[in-house]
Amino acid sequence: MATQVEDINPDIPSDVNYLNVTKGLKSWLTTHDHKRIGVMYLYSVMAAFLVGGMLALAIRLELLSPGQTVMSSETYNQVFTLHGIIMIFLFIIPSIPAALGNFIMPLVIGAKDVAFPKLNLASYYIWVVGAIFTIVAIITGGVDTGWTFYTPQSIRQSGSVIWMGLGIFILGFSSIFTGLNFLVTMHKLRDPKIGWFDMPLFCWAIYGTALIQILATPVLAITVLLLAAEKIFQVGIFNPALGGDPVLFQHFFWFYSHPAVYIMILPGMGVISETITAFSHKPIFGYRFVAFSSIAIAVLGFLVWGHHMFLSAESEFSTMIFSFLTFFVAIPSAIKIFNWTATLYKGSIALTTGMLYTLAFLFLFSIGGLTGIFLGALSVDVHLHDTYFVVAHFHYVMMGGTVMAFLAGIYYWWPKITGRMYPENISRFACLLVFIGFNVTFLTQFVVGSKGMPRRYYDYLEQFAPLNQFSTFGSWILGAGILIATVSLLWSLKNGQKATANPWGAAGLEWKTGSPPPLENFHELPEIKHGPYDYDYLYGGQKPTRH
Amino acid sequence: MNGAGTLQLPPQASTVAADIDALYYFIFWGCAIAFILVMGGMFFFMAKYRRREGVPYKPSPSHNTPLEVTWTVVPFLLLMVVFVWGFKGYMDLHITPANAMEYSVRGKQWLWQVNTPGVSTASVNEMVVPVNTPIKVLLQSDDVIHSFFVPDFRVKMDAYPNQYTTMWFEATKTGEFDMYCTEYCGTEHSQMFGKVIVKTQAEFEEWMGQNTGRQEDQDPAEYGEGLFVSKTCATCHSIDGSTALTGPSFKGLWGSQESLADGSSVLVDENYLRESMLEPNAKVVAGYEGVMPTFTGLLTDDDIFCLIEYIKTLQ
Ligand code: HEC
Ligand SMILES: [Cu+2]
Ligand SMILES: [Cu+2]
Repeated sequence: MATQVEDINPDIPSDVNYLNVTKGLKSWLTTHDHKRIGVMYLYSVMAAFLVGGMLALAIRLELLSPGQTVMSSETYNQVFTLHGIIMIFLFIIPSIPAALGNFIMPLVIGAKDVAFPKLNLASYYIWVVGAIFTIVAIITGGVDTGWTFYTPQSIRQSGSVIWMGLGIFILGFSSIFTGLNFLVTMHKLRDPKIGWFDMPLFCWAIYGTALIQILATPVLAITVLLLAAEKIFQVGIFNPALGGDPVLFQHFFWFYSHPAVYIMILPGMGVISETITAFSHKPIFGYRFVAFSSIAIAVLGFLVWGHHMFLSAESEFSTMIFSFLTFFVAIPSAIKIFNWTATLYKGSIALTTGMLYTLAFLFLFSIGGLTGIFLGALSVDVHLHDTYFVVAHFHYVMMGGTVMAFLAGIYYWWPKITGRMYPENISRFACLLVFIGFNVTFLTQFVVGSKGMPRRYYDYLEQFAPLNQFSTFGSWILGAGILIATVSLLWSLKNGQKATANPWGAAGLEWKTGSPPPLENFHELPEIKHGPYDYDYLYGGQKPTRH
Repeated sequence: MNGAGTLQLPPQASTVAADIDALYYFIFWGCAIAFILVMGGMFFFMAKYRRREGVPYKPSPSHNTPLEVTWTVVPFLLLMVVFVWGFKGYMDLHITPANAMEYSVRGKQWLWQVNTPGVSTASVNEMVVPVNTPIKVLLQSDDVIHSFFVPDFRVKMDAYPNQYTTMWFEATKTGEFDMYCTEYCGTEHSQMFGKVIVKTQAEFEEWMGQNTGRQEDQDPAEYGEGLFVSKTCATCHSIDGSTALTGPSFKGLWGSQESLADGSSVLVDENYLRESMLEPNAKVVAGYEGVMPTFTGLLTDDDIFCLIEYIKTLQ
């Protein structure tokens, strides 16, 4: 056996760490520590996820049988609106960047904190205010517009959609500030010994995400302002009754929301690059291809918004261009899938929970990506547009992709964040339930949709009943999996075994400090001898490589 | 429904369906193969390289330019095939044959109003067309965006309040085909549902001939009962006194004193009922929202008379 060149799991003391240096609620609420802010985000977005998940269960319950099952059509429409808004704006967008990104990114570039710690805390509070504002606006205003709030439907009855929009506007600023903070941090606070190509791919993904957050989110803010201006000054912008154009709204909306899809998925891809290498003790296959594909996705993502509007009276010419570009943007994602799979080749694969979620990601995200090809193909999209096929497709991408990656990241970094190990077997079991439940729920929806059932339907024809029932059963399995995972993670906070500095034998810099890390991340910055994926050096006795 | 279609797709009942389905299955099988290859690799590696005690670490290359270029270029070329094929199919859907019959379809919350060329009153949630004849559909909306979708024909198009959109199809089978609204349009979105009825040329001409309303000798109340369903009143009004629907029940309505939203009340007689159908917002019933669409142009005078006769029977 090759000699081990350095102590992979050094005994770094962590009796005084970021969790216990100061005590009390106030010390948390006024903290400037990126790790504590990350943890506060983590709990908050998890809470949002659980609420959104319960709403999802309610939606599936209503769809258990045709006609009214448990709620009226008004309630149903409000429930799916709330589900969509919470999951997208409160959960997925901040999930990985703001929670895991905040915690991990400064650590792995050898920084003591982010560039603007106070702004970081402010971002969190802006998120909280925006979240409360949005939810209150939806519930008190009975908003039932869907998360897309297309005009003129959204502006017909009351002004409540404007209030909801304002909530999202506030949330948008939280997202912009976080993005800005991260960009500056990576440029200015990166340890001089860590070159751009020595950064973990997670940072590249966060970088790409931050770019989109800064460039795209203002468009959403502009849209909301225009909606408000239209309402207040009665000038026609989007409202046909005033001479406005509803298609214009769709352009604005998707000009933000398509890039936002990449705000949601890029960080997930970043997490997967970390977990798949750490759990198979293998350098990432094709570092540069993966790194540049993140940036390619961020850029190309701005050019395909029109693929949501193939049936929105778009000209044949622009339809053609958007379809072409859509296929183009599929390539970088495909490259990543191939590279991750190739990373496993000749690895030393440990099937921990984090790895299982990683593999689940590969499986589900591949399906999500491949079914996107159906929707990009123009003639087929005419049939599938706005059916359940689309619902299934984006759940495979968002939940099968981002959420699986988020969970993979949580299990991977849990020892680092909390200083405790989670219970492995029960967590694996929960992962299995999530995987099975997810497929039962959403695989069926592809067929429901390609057979012709439109989305956002409260009621449906008898012929769709068996598949819908099946999907609802799946949602219960999925719910049970998430419940078990949540309970066991919370349990481990107090009762889990104490974690060592580097329980996975991983190469990243974050594992060279205590679990949990001290206040300013490292007692003293370790000598950086190798890159974040240099397992050939750590375990194979090869010379350290720098990219 | 005619036939069950395939496992994933509904029956094919229009000229464009076969080509769209062929592309669908081309993509499907391409994806299936790609998926099995990648997942096969993943599961194989997972089993073969599972971490085991005492197995020494063997470094292996983590970079291979020819391989990486291959898996970039090959998928790209395949996707270009899909792109071109999809675009051609899309153009077929967009170029309306010059000899098409022109129907007009209006979406409004929450029904489809269909005007057949040569028929003076519009039908509701029902579109009767001849088989093997190109049909152009001029779409518009009275209020919000709707989208007209007939799965068995593989056609769909959004309907806008401020502009016309068009689409066309040619049915290749006779029978009844579901049509839906696929753009979310509010509370009763999922009830905005109807049928396209495809008839043979001879049947279609016969239908055009007799579609002038009630037969001489038919009982008005009985005919009205049919209208109550076919003109969609039943989606919002019950006849058994239940109040679960959007509008008031018709049971016991005739001859009663109706209290209105403005606080006044009115005797329910023929004129009130007529006005309720033609100008529903003139007098809004207390406790309800004025969301009933106007039926002006959708009901002939005789239809209104028959509906009134029918409501009278619901005591
Ligand atoms: C989209 C739902 C909807 C449809 C479809 C609809 N109505 Fe109504 N209707 C209402 C509502 C809501 C009211 C109560 C508010 C009002 O008076 O305008 C109402 C009121 C009425 C009234 C007055 C009832 C009363 O209690 O005084 C009559 C009569 C009526 N509708 C007849 C019809 C007929 C006939 C049809 C079919 C041709 C029809 N409605 C279709 C929603 C609908
Ligand atoms: Cu998109
Ligand atoms: Cu609709």
